Amino acid sequence: MVMTGAEIVIRCLQEEKVDYLFGYPGGAVLYIYDELFKQDKVRHVLVRHEQAAIHAADGYARSTEKVGVALVTSGPGATNAVTGIATAFCDSIPMVVISGQVPSAAIGQDAFQEVDTVGITRPCVKHNFLVRDVRDIAPTIKKAFYLAKTGRPGPVLVDIPKDITAQKCEFEYPQTVSIRSYSPVVKGHQGQIKKALQLLLEARRPMIYTGGGVVLGDAADKLTALARKLGFPCTNTLMGLGGYPATDPQFVGMLGMHGNYEANMGMHYCDVLLAVGARFDDRVIGSPDHFASEPRKIIHIDIDPSSISKRVKVDVPIVGDVGEVLGELLAQLEATSERPHQESLASWWKQIDEWRRRDCLKFTQGEGLIKPQYVIQKLWEVTAGEAFVTSDVGQHQMWAAQYYKFDKPRRWVNSGGLGTMGFGLPAAMGVQLAHPGSPVACVTGEGSIQMNIQELSTCKQFRLPIKVILLNNGYLGMVRQWQELFHGNRYSESYMDALPDFPKLAAAYGHVGLRVDKPGDVEGALREAFKQKNDLVFLDFQVDATENVYPMVQGGKGLTDMILSAEDL
Amino acid sequence: MGAIQRTSDPSTALDAHWLRGLLAIQNKTIMRHVISLLIENEAGALSRVSGLFSARGYNIESLTVAPTEDASLSRMTIVTSGSDDVVEQITKQLNKLVEVVKVVDLSESAHIERELMLVKVRATGKDREEMKRMADIFRGRIIDVTDTSYVIELTGNQAKLDSFVGAIDAGLILETVRSGICGVGRGDRVLKV
Ligand SMILES: Cc1cc2nc3c(=O)[nH]c(=O)nc-3n(C[C@H](O)[C@H](O)[C@H](O)COP(=O)(O)OP(=O)(O)OC[C@H]3O[C@@H](n4cnc5c(N)ncnc54)[C@H](O)[C@@H]3O)c2cc1C
Ligand SMILES: Cc1ncc(C[n+]2csc(CCOP(=O)(O)OP(=O)(O)O)c2C)c(N)n1
Ligand SMILES: [Mg+2]
Repeated sequence: MVMTGAEIVIRCLQEEKVDYLFGYPGGAVLYIYDELFKQDKVRHVLVRHEQAAIHAADGYARSTEKVGVALVTSGPGATNAVTGIATAFCDSIPMVVISGQVPSAAIGQDAFQEVDTVGITRPCVKHNFLVRDVRDIAPTIKKAFYLAKTGRPGPVLVDIPKDITAQKCEFEYPQTVSIRSYSPVVKGHQGQIKKALQLLLEARRPMIYTGGGVVLGDAADKLTALARKLGFPCTNTLMGLGGYPATDPQFVGMLGMHGNYEANMGMHYCDVLLAVGARFDDRVIGSPDHFASEPRKIIHIDIDPSSISKRVKVDVPIVGDVGEVLGELLAQLEATSERPHQESLASWWKQIDEWRRRDCLKFTQGEGLIKPQYVIQKLWEVTAGEAFVTSDVGQHQMWAAQYYKFDKPRRWVNSGGLGTMGFGLPAAMGVQLAHPGSPVACVTGEGSIQMNIQELSTCKQFRLPIKVILLNNGYLGMVRQWQELFHGNRYSESYMDALPDFPKLAAAYGHVGLRVDKPGDVEGALREAFKQKNDLVFLDFQVDATENVYPMVQGGKGLTDMILSAEDL
Repeated sequence: MGAIQRTSDPSTALDAHWLRGLLAIQNKTIMRHVISLLIENEAGALSRVSGLFSARGYNIESLTVAPTEDASLSRMTIVTSGSDDVVEQITKQLNKLVEVVKVVDLSESAHIERELMLVKVRATGKDREEMKRMADIFRGRIIDVTDTSYVIELTGNQAKLDSFVGAIDAGLILETVRSGICGVGRGDRVLKV
């Protein structure tokens, strides 16, 4: 059937079973918007800023196993999208972004709303395309979805000049894709897996360290089965939370800069480390030299060979999909009667339990100011650990990660790699649309929320009953914490003067807003909020502004070098 | 790559300066590498490669690229330098680019390198004969002649071209242009899809 390029774009999205398209119109995409209007399979979500369209598509993708999809216009539409695209790129989130471009003949003429979108986004996409012929639209979009979700996932951008969306050609959606230069490894090398199992069985002080790859690869069940069978302790990165049930006794908590004492000590002093879909980030292992100072054997499973031996030398690299490799490890473990050395394991657990007794996350909620940690703890209780939690970036993000115990994958949605303030609310929109009827909380700070607060309007339009949990400390808290610890208490520009009255602001957007300033009111306010099934409720918790996130490993220091509390200073 | 002695006693292992020194020696020797790759002959492919090098802070000494006998593919030769770790990352990152079909580090085994140089020299009076003689010694060819100048064409590995430039009177060189290196593995080693 002969169709216009714009019709083809929409038909392709339908073929990919896209139910939500997050976007914002403009000149270069008018034909596409016209076609959107004529159908009702792909539902368009009109955001208030293109950055939010990308974050919403991102939240949608993170909380499902699907690809997030967004549509923006040329020039400022595309540049507004860049922060969102980079956010998705840094956390390996599968996404397809379609951007309009000026007409083919105008490219390179400094035309109105022309920017080199492919050039600007090149370093922060998995791949991108400029479509130059209407006949290429369908195969390109097919490739884009394929690239976005296979191998190490990531955002793929398709830039389409306006004239091409008006031209016509025969439409046929390709059933298959093959790209000769792209064939990610899926199955792990049998011999390597065997070696890995041998190492695991010989381990005296083992540790399983898992990251975003387990969540992205939907391998939480296999990981849990393997860890339980082996009886080994397990720690997750910030991106890996939910990959192993947080309430399980074998879970030692998050590791890294703000990781648990027992997790960081275990990570450092283990003799065999099984790293699964985690990339030894600088916020995770601290100084690589210090990390290397303790001898240990490392097994590293990752789908991206460039993640392996990048920052830390690995003994048994296994390139492949986590699900496949863990499945094979499990099968091999089941096939042998050998089991890990129980006595050593018991004394290792004894050591870990000793570290645990430091109770590094303890805090006391007195009568006075609300402790931010307390709000998250109550949030966890009130939602019975079942909520989807998105977050912005700062102290509140770390507290959410530390005190909300995620038992399931894809429940914790945050920007780890790029650390994008302004991510939380739009991401929550994508999550809520993907999971209507499920509780969705956006944990945020008064700094971060203002970076995309306009989305309260989108939430109204699409009736998204998100619960905004604002931990309002009146400071760019994470910045203030660093200034307190490392810059002699000089709080240069980290204080936010003239904050709006958030509950009133929420009300102005047509939502329910409430200020909470007494510890005794925290739980009640949360219960009340989550009872409101149809309304967005904005809870402005006035929290203790002096609170810091502990434990903390200073940048460049070793993992074992933790500040555990204010008394350590 | 000498193995380093590590101690398992945490109290002594944490002498960071001592350790850093050792780590600096291990794997950190900077070596020159010639990387050859096949890449889809598409608009923007070159900038993906050059962008990768600049974004990640890798060195590029030279980069040459041209289509192969299969017009859908280009072949690129990149001369870079780095420690083993860095070069391992370079090849992995190059492989990760969607349009890159194959990557080899030619310097891992026997290979041939050639570069083309054109040198325009002043050639008057007694220098005229001397230039001709030097070109002959280096098996160069004079490909353009005027009353006052020659253009000499020379191919060879980098060292040969360097020594030619060193051997002639610097004051007589009007301009030089070098193509950057093309490389190919010796014998049975073939880079092909
Ligand atoms: C304020 C702030 C503080 C932070 N503090 C901490 C902290 O204390 N602790 C912490 O952990 N992080 C912290 N981070 C986050 C940190 O910056 C990194 O984003 C994070 O540690 C990276 O997590 P990861 O190693 O799991 O990698 P990810 O970025 O999640 O990468 C996933 C890895 O898995 C691989 N992969 C993907 N899919 C598959 C598959 N199917 N099969 C196999 N492999 C796959 C990928 O190739 C990649 O290597 C902080 C961030 C911020 C903003
Ligand atoms: C877009 C962006 N700009 C700047 C930063 C640097 N930054 C990291 S945390 C932070 C403070 C966040 O303040 P707030 O949202 O109030 O959270 P809090 O730390 O107080 O919980 C800043 C400015 C960032 N991560 N993202
Ligand atoms: Mg704040």
